[in-house]
Amino acid sequence: MKLLTHFGRYYMLMAKTFAKPQKNSIYFKQTIKEIDKLGINSIGIVFIISVFMGAVITLQTRYNLENPLIPLYLVGLTARDTMILEFSSTIVGLILAGKVGSNIASEIGTMRVTEQIDALEIMGINSASYLIFPKIIAAIFINPFLNILSMFVGIAGGWVAAVSSGALSTADYLYGIHYAFIPYYIVYSMVKTVVFAFIITSVPAYHGFYVKGGALEVGKASTKGVVYSSILILLFNVIITQLMLAK
Amino acid sequence: MIELRNVRKAFSGREVLKGINVTFEKGKTNLIIGQSGSGKTVLLKSIIGLHEIDDGQILFDNRDFTHMRNRDRKKIRQEFGMVFQGGALFDSATVEENVMFSLNMFTDKTYEEKLDRVNFVLKRVNLVNVNHLYPSEISGGMQKRVAIARAIALNPRYLFCDEPNSGLDPKTGIVIDNLIREITEEYNITTIVNTHDMNSVTEIGDKILYLYLGEQNWVGNKDEIFSSGSEQLDNFVFATTLMRRIKSNFK
Repeated sequence: MKLLTHFGRYYMLMAKTFAKPQKNSIYFKQTIKEIDKLGINSIGIVFIISVFMGAVITLQTRYNLENPLIPLYLVGLTARDTMILEFSSTIVGLILAGKVGSNIASEIGTMRVTEQIDALEIMGINSASYLIFPKIIAAIFINPFLNILSMFVGIAGGWVAAVSSGALSTADYLYGIHYAFIPYYIVYSMVKTVVFAFIITSVPAYHGFYVKGGALEVGKASTKGVVYSSILILLFNVIITQLMLAK
Repeated sequence: MIELRNVRKAFSGREVLKGINVTFEKGKTNLIIGQSGSGKTVLLKSIIGLHEIDDGQILFDNRDFTHMRNRDRKKIRQEFGMVFQGGALFDSATVEENVMFSLNMFTDKTYEEKLDRVNFVLKRVNLVNVNHLYPSEISGGMQKRVAIARAIALNPRYLFCDEPNSGLDPKTGIVIDNLIREITEEYNITTIVNTHDMNSVTEIGDKILYLYLGEQNWVGNKDEIFSSGSEQLDNFVFATTLMRRIKSNFK
């Protein structure tokens, strides 16, 4: 019953969020600001995590290949496909759910408890649309770029780790990342990224928007926003994979 | 003019407003007073539409706000100015951006025209050289004045103030009270102030509604309040030693 209540309220909030913007120029400016806040400011963390994950995937795959009949270039192929299929979309999505999600829930939650949202409503402004819509659009726009960045950086991190540790030659690694490349995997990864971007922004925004009480409740809303968006990311990961990769 | 007809509101079966009938007049500072938990915040939030009332009618210059579609309500709300208890200034925006916010949203003026208006209303509330400061960088009294400036930026027809003096020293409180009264008279707007500050009551109470446990207990003005004949109001107004002394001198 409680789940249905949450679902209904979430749906109502999204309906309000996607109502016709009151002034396009203001919304455009807000979206640009959010792209900077949610996307550009996340480049650092995406870069660092992707480099190290690419490196670890490469080294782990190499050290588990003990059969001499298995060609070493498969290490490069594994690193590439792991980054494209799962890491750059899902794992980066989960990390952004923590960073961006908590930021959104606490920002909107604080605005709620300090009556700033009421102030917007009294002015005749659709507060849900004004606050949430630019965040969703910004994330849907910028996260695919973060995804692509993560893919490149992760694969490059794998190469650096392979060569610097002497585990694999550059030729083997490069041959592996070119071998049996399926472009459709990029489409699959992008679709996941866009869906996750929607979840990462809308779910914490929902928890922040309906917070009641004070600072303690804002903290709880922030935690809930991160937890529920992470669970939804994992759930939709399975659903999208089944829909897009099942033969 | 704002007219309340038999306004009722309950939360989880507990009646908080029990049939309020009152008219708040234009060009006057109307006060809603009462103890904590008497329903005055719920009444103010009901008037501005943040709470939906269960029964009755709220009319803004004979326009029925209660049974209005959301689209029409939004239009009326653009005629509202609201000063919240904590100021409710946008903390990530400067003073100038806060005051300019409604001008950006609802007018097509150039930046220079909007800046002129911002500087005019800031000067009107006696604030200068604060345009580029953030709310956290100014005092509580200044925050309230910025909130008033933001509320009047669009020339509202109705001004609502929720405990504008809370957290302020008595002297600053009087400055805010006088500002509210001057603006009300100058722009001929309907102002409703929600307060339990007795200084405000005696200074600016052109019309006073006293709520007691959600009921409309007494309606009058600042001169009549000392001889209201209501035991509950007397207990509220003369709760402090200072007010009891004033009353005995008054007699």
